Amino acid sequence: MFYREAGDFSTTYAQDQQTFPIKFDRYRYYAVLFVALFVIPFVVNDYWVNSLFMPFLIYAIAAIGLNILVGYCGQVSLGTGGFMAVGAYASYKLMTAFPDVSMFIHVLLAGVITAGVGVLFGLPSLRIKGFYLAVATLAAQFFLVWLFNRVPWFYNYSASGQISAPERDTFGILITGANTQAWATYTFCLIFTIFSAIVARNLTRGSVGRKWMAIRDMDIAAEIIGVNPLRAKLTAFAVSSFFIGISGALFFAIYLGAVEVGEVFGITKSFLVLFMIIIGGLGSIFGSFAGAAFLVLLPVLLKIVGVDWLGWPTDIVAHLQLVIVGALIIVFLIAEPHGLAQLWRVAKEKLRLWPFPH
Amino acid sequence: MRLKMKLGTMAVAALMTAGAPAMAELVFPSLSYRTGPYAAGGIPFADGYADYFTLLNERDGGIGGEMTRVPECETAYNTEKGVECYESTKGEGALVYQPLSTGITYQLIPKVTADDIPMLTSGLGRTSAKNGATFSHVFNFPANYWDGASVAIKHILEEEGGDISDKKIALVYHNSAYGKEPIRTLQELSKKHGFELVEVPVDHPGQEQKSQWLQIRRDKPDYVIMYGWGVMNQVAVQEAANIRFPMDKFIGIWWSGSENDVLPAGDKADGYKALTFHNVGSDYPLYDDLQKYVYDAGKAAGNGDQTGTVLYNRGVYAAMLVAEAAKTAQEIHGTSAITASQMRDGMENLNITEAKMAELGLPNFGPEFQVSCENHGGNGFVAVTQWDAEAQEWKLVSDFMQSDQDVIQPLIDEDSSAYASENNIENTCS
Repeated sequence: MFYREAGDFSTTYAQDQQTFPIKFDRYRYYAVLFVALFVIPFVVNDYWVNSLFMPFLIYAIAAIGLNILVGYCGQVSLGTGGFMAVGAYASYKLMTAFPDVSMFIHVLLAGVITAGVGVLFGLPSLRIKGFYLAVATLAAQFFLVWLFNRVPWFYNYSASGQISAPERDTFGILITGANTQAWATYTFCLIFTIFSAIVARNLTRGSVGRKWMAIRDMDIAAEIIGVNPLRAKLTAFAVSSFFIGISGALFFAIYLGAVEVGEVFGITKSFLVLFMIIIGGLGSIFGSFAGAAFLVLLPVLLKIVGVDWLGWPTDIVAHLQLVIVGALIIVFLIAEPHGLAQLWRVAKEKLRLWPFPH
Repeated sequence: MRLKMKLGTMAVAALMTAGAPAMAELVFPSLSYRTGPYAAGGIPFADGYADYFTLLNERDGGIGGEMTRVPECETAYNTEKGVECYESTKGEGALVYQPLSTGITYQLIPKVTADDIPMLTSGLGRTSAKNGATFSHVFNFPANYWDGASVAIKHILEEEGGDISDKKIALVYHNSAYGKEPIRTLQELSKKHGFELVEVPVDHPGQEQKSQWLQIRRDKPDYVIMYGWGVMNQVAVQEAANIRFPMDKFIGIWWSGSENDVLPAGDKADGYKALTFHNVGSDYPLYDDLQKYVYDAGKAAGNGDQTGTVLYNRGVYAAMLVAEAAKTAQEIHGTSAITASQMRDGMENLNITEAKMAELGLPNFGPEFQVSCENHGGNGFVAVTQWDAEAQEWKLVSDFMQSDQDVIQPLIDEDSSAYASENNIENTCS
């Protein structure tokens, strides 16, 4: 009734192929962007930013990155935590070596460095597939964490082996350190999230993305029709690692401020991001956002309901949360393997016909 | 007349309790961990911390007439959740944080300084926070990791008759900021005393230590010092027993010296040593009050089965220290409803004497110390305890010894000045 395409005519190819061809969708998208950019920064406080928005935005970037590799190109990766660590340590080394350079540039460069490392660890994907590739990327995860723990150069020889972000600004506004304003860090992360989503969306619907999907669906057939698997797989690793590196840099520099590699970028982080794209939906940009939101918000929501409202002991709520997340993953894998994104698509299909279904 | 007065005070007290939510209360958030691989250490500490404040509320009506509240937030020893907990509790008027996690401490040091909330990290956290001129809001009295390392070496010196130049000492440590803390001190001490130091890292969470103990079996160190936490401790004691390493030459830091760590190994753990910065057992007058006002009233935190254990005592001690600091702050500022900023002044002027400890019902329990703007870390008195597997209790086997300040103070100055120059911090004391 409200959500329909009647009267919505496309007169050019560009109009027909835009991301949101239906007017209602398009306006909803603009409204979300407007609220995120021009309303939230003026009303947020520390709690909302540090507990909800910032982890959501940063995990969304990581999920987009992993989704490109796993969802679009079909290369299973368990090295997300390790690649995030590369981004974090790259940004740390850059921040301390070039204190006067804007944080924007540091974060982007951290992404570029991670892309290089990702390509390196993507090389085995040319020979091995499926579970075996998962194990190879798992090796990357453990090797990278070990490396950052072992070589003091990476953490500037600090006694504790931790890296902590010094105060840095961009355009004169403090972005890292303890004296930042909530709106500044939020906006900084939001800009990177929007940038990542737009780039990822346009890559995946262009020729590069089509090559990735061809490789994912059947690599031999793709090779026969002229897709170069070397280039397709390595570009997927590079682009994916670029986004994951950005998210790692933001995670360390903006969100946490101090990081201990074994704890923060361990194997659990790799699984968490993988769960996000499984629950959210493989091969969907919206799914990356939905999955990240789901796994960031659910624990906070459960905590508020369980501890603050119902007054349950904190340990029971913490255990309950593990049970619920575990159960949900199983439910999704059985009932809706394509995740929240597919539920959203189905809901939209139904809404287009409502109130007159077949 | 007296009855009337009593009735009057009771009425006032009743009014105060009734109006409690509307009134200012003293909030002491507890960033606890009752889940995950470190829960064995987190539960008794959190219980002790909560029980002491329950006692203050029940017996004294809070601190200086203000009721206390201890909102708990589960961190699972995870820094991300720790930050979330900090952000969600600081808005409630939190007076002081005690995260009981070195990782979370590192995270919070810049944040609490910016938010003007003090943080106490007794026997943990960043050691150089002892220098209050650089770390204005962080306190780590009465002892720190480097004191622990130094006293462990002192104990070994005593055992060996003063000469350890031909000895080999292994450090088994949790491969994190926490475990790496003592390395620099031990390196300095090895230069001074001539012993050989072997570093053996164990990765989080430490359930798998076969290769580490194989290395120890091969290297045959004369002593093993351990900086472990959580499940790592139990595994290490068990593995040491498996390779028949002499338990009285195996010394843990105070985080590796609770009942949980030695009980799984049974009789084989007999003689294992651990450091401590406070006394052991439950034979103190305070426990009578805890029994009367808290346990018997059914108000004990958690399952109530942790009383008298090492880490429960440490939780009680930690709560006592901040409660005394709150009293000091109330005296300085002449108001009972103190703010976090006033609480910081209270911590900086805290003076713990034996007379005060005896008055609180903890005679001969902890060291005397006076906090000052320059010294946020106390005097570093540490003792050695030993596990008696038959009696199933820890026994103090040494006096409280002061650490080697000649070695530690220059290291503290060096590390804190590095932090100060990295973060452009002026000397806040002069």
